[in-house]
Amino acid sequence: MLTVESLKKSYDDTAVRRSKRRSDDGSRVFAVGGVDFEVHDGELFTLLGPSGCGKTTTLRSVAGLERPTGGRVTLGGRVLFDDKQGINIGANRRGLGMVFQSYAIWPHMSVFKNVSFPLEVMPRAKRPGRKEIEERVEQVLEVIELGAYASRPATKLSGGQQQRLALARALVTRPELMLLDEPLSNLDAKLRENMRFELKRLQRELNLTAIYVTHDQAEALVMSSRIAVMNQGRIEQIGKPREIYTRPATRFVAEFIGTSNFVEAKVTSVRGDEVEVDTPQGRLLAHKVEKVPLVGDTVLISIRPECVDLTRERRGDVPNEWSGTVLTRAFMGDVVDHIVGVGNLEIRNRSNPTLSIPPGTEVHFSVAPDKVTLVPVD
Amino acid sequence: MTVVPAPTTSRDDGPGSGHGVAPPPRGAAAGARLLRLLRRPLSLQGLLVGGAVVVVGYLAVVPLGYLIHDTFLSADGRGVSFAAFSRAYGGNSQSGEMLLNSLWFALGSAALALVLGTSLAYIQVRTDTPFKGLFFAASLVPLIVPGILYATSWIFLGDPSSGILNSLVFKPLFGSSPVNIYSVWGMIWVQGLHLAPVAFLLMVAAFRAMDPSLEESAAMSGASRLTVLRRVTVPLLRPAMISGALLMFVQSLESFEVPGLLGLQNGIYVFTSRIYFVLRAYPIDYGAAGAYAIGLLLIAAAGVLFSSWLQRSSRNFQTVTGKAFRPRPVELGRARPFVGAGVILYFLITVVLPVAVLVYASLLKYYAAPSSKTLSQMTFANYRTVWHQPLAFTALKNSLIVGIGAATAVMVLTSIVSWVVLRTRARGRRLLDLLAFTPIVIPGLVLGLALSFVYLRTPLPIYGTLLILLISYCTRYLPYGMRYASSAMAQMSPELEESAAVNGASWFQTFRRVLLPLMSGGILAGWVYILVVSFRELSSTILLYSPGKEVLSVLIWEQFENGQFTTLAALGVCMVVLLFLLVSVAYRFGARFGLQNDSAN
Repeated sequence: MLTVESLKKSYDDTAVRRSKRRSDDGSRVFAVGGVDFEVHDGELFTLLGPSGCGKTTTLRSVAGLERPTGGRVTLGGRVLFDDKQGINIGANRRGLGMVFQSYAIWPHMSVFKNVSFPLEVMPRAKRPGRKEIEERVEQVLEVIELGAYASRPATKLSGGQQQRLALARALVTRPELMLLDEPLSNLDAKLRENMRFELKRLQRELNLTAIYVTHDQAEALVMSSRIAVMNQGRIEQIGKPREIYTRPATRFVAEFIGTSNFVEAKVTSVRGDEVEVDTPQGRLLAHKVEKVPLVGDTVLISIRPECVDLTRERRGDVPNEWSGTVLTRAFMGDVVDHIVGVGNLEIRNRSNPTLSIPPGTEVHFSVAPDKVTLVPVD
Repeated sequence: MTVVPAPTTSRDDGPGSGHGVAPPPRGAAAGARLLRLLRRPLSLQGLLVGGAVVVVGYLAVVPLGYLIHDTFLSADGRGVSFAAFSRAYGGNSQSGEMLLNSLWFALGSAALALVLGTSLAYIQVRTDTPFKGLFFAASLVPLIVPGILYATSWIFLGDPSSGILNSLVFKPLFGSSPVNIYSVWGMIWVQGLHLAPVAFLLMVAAFRAMDPSLEESAAMSGASRLTVLRRVTVPLLRPAMISGALLMFVQSLESFEVPGLLGLQNGIYVFTSRIYFVLRAYPIDYGAAGAYAIGLLLIAAAGVLFSSWLQRSSRNFQTVTGKAFRPRPVELGRARPFVGAGVILYFLITVVLPVAVLVYASLLKYYAAPSSKTLSQMTFANYRTVWHQPLAFTALKNSLIVGIGAATAVMVLTSIVSWVVLRTRARGRRLLDLLAFTPIVIPGLVLGLALSFVYLRTPLPIYGTLLILLISYCTRYLPYGMRYASSAMAQMSPELEESAAVNGASWFQTFRRVLLPLMSGGILAGWVYILVVSFRELSSTILLYSPGKEVLSVLIWEQFENGQFTTLAALGVCMVVLLFLLVSVAYRFGARFGLQNDSAN
């Protein structure tokens, strides 16, 4: 199990300070400003966020490629970094596996040599014999289906193959923890989708513990056991993919993952975990609310487009039913979006493409109360 | 065969690929294709392209042809003879010692430059060292301080009797004068320091082109720093280091300034100074000089072959992704102040000290190490001498005429040649590219000798005029012009030309109204660069100038031969100021076009 406690990283380098984020009051700017998380054994833990949110810096701090400004990193009882005790184990002695965004395949070595390198540079006491190295390399190459390419120069591989080679190299020492830094972002769309499942399968079969960094929310949702959504050097929410999607804890998470309709509202009554709010366009009921607000609080309502049920006729027997006019219709093949104007609000609906209502039509829509999410206003 | 734009190939043929020192020739078929290309003479395009081919061929091939012909010609003017070689290398000519000196000097300088340049490049690119700006300031030294002045400065510093290092540092502290600049070690030191910035710039480019995650992934695999260096960093940088080493080697081999100023004093001869020596003796033995020149060419060619043999296995290292690398500098931590101090020290020794001593010497009547006496007698007399010397202004005028002429001619020529090479499918383009790059391995002194062979025999009134210097400079700087012109052209999408053609522009209209304006930045940068380097050209000029047609660098050389060191220093300071201004202007225009990557001399 990996534990990261209040990890901080700031850049003092003047060039960085000049070009990047500089806080207005001139105080130290943190690329990572106090991050805590745990990665359990056998888990694929994803750091998700937009570029510059600190996810890669966090990963590199765990890797030992970057020296954090403060905090503590432990792996299975072994302290990797602790600024109070002055411990900072070198990247080469942490015994982790890492796959880089650019794959970082050594172009001057063959496929086999690329994979055998981590075994060859092990400390003498632990280093396996020549025979065993050969067996282990071949075994790993079989697992990732590169067995036939062992003697090729690494540069003769295609992008997808290089990606798998990078994975093999990280796997060959059977590390306690794998670090994956946007490993799929250089592949084309089709291959990327295949590799998602491939990676997931490998991770399950080999029972790997891994930290996965990506800015691609779809990738994160597909692959992760748990996701930490990061923004501006901080973690906004940690949770299972479904939780993150259906119950975003902050506006940022709701906006970053998927699309969402936001409505500002005031809480009018609270009964258990059922909350009634008032919006300029009418009342809304929300069920199964996690952080129950107080009556009179201002909150933000988040509704996913696919939770908006659009009908031509008014049903009347469902809660949270509003009326409006279709403003735009966008056909996207597998789904169709309608944007409905309600007063000065625009509500996006996502439906099966069998539904098609021309703009200008009067329509009605409703949202099931347990699909109405309350997000605290920041 | 028609000349058609070839957008698909032109990208692959960017300046990197064909511009190694010696791409392999394509054989006879290429020549035939070229001929067919030339048979389209009646279009303007054909004329321009054909003209460019003829001029490049003439500049690159004819002098060498004459050199070889005249050297092997027997005394009676008929048949082949090796008499010139036996005169040059046989008997008690001490040619073995000369050969050893040459190799020792060239290899030593190349090694020193490469080690210094590579370490500095690593520190600059890969660490969070302080004073990053100083690195590039130091890298401008070879552009601003010509070799002849740099060597002179080091004479002021390292002369065994009057040098500052001996009389102010070693004598008082250790009671001895160990520094002797008039030795092979002294020559290596000066040449190596002067070339180090070139190596630095080459290696900076190599480090920047190398994905740091290649090293990081090795560290993540458990390799120690030393193992990473040995098994990943060095093998990956090998191609760049080999071509850098070759460049340093060839440039040291052909350098005349340093062996001329520092070696002749103690009778330490290398090829270049021997050629000069033979040509200054009576009767002039042109055959023997030619024999030395051919020997020098052979060694340079052997160097080229050897380095391409070393490179044979590392051709396809260029690899992986098109993503820009996020530079993540290595944090030096506690070593940072020490590295910073080292950078300052390097800057002081290689830049501040030589320039300061030049300024100091220019203010003295007779050169002596600083003491209260010399400091109290400082005077501007030398500057007045320079000012009142009519020759100084003639030389400045001549330098400007030849420099501007060569810069203009080379950039016009190379714009056309690079268009042919990059944008057409003309099969001879490889050969043309090769021809345009050949002069980079021809030592200046050899070119000077070859050109004097050509024009001493030609009835044209060229020998003894400025025109012969112009021809020499055009030949020497053709490769540099090619680098600027072709990188400017490679930066431009072929679609821009194609859209002009689709809109009805003729080839010439497209060239003049689309290509030239878009390339103008790069061409201007190349123009100023050639102007700057032609100011300090000495090694071919010294054989080709005639009295009354001196240029600035020759004037400095004459002052040196007459022992007027302080006047030389004053003249040198003026020249440094002038070059500094020119380089600043060049930087304004050429920042985008990588002037800093081309300070090879």
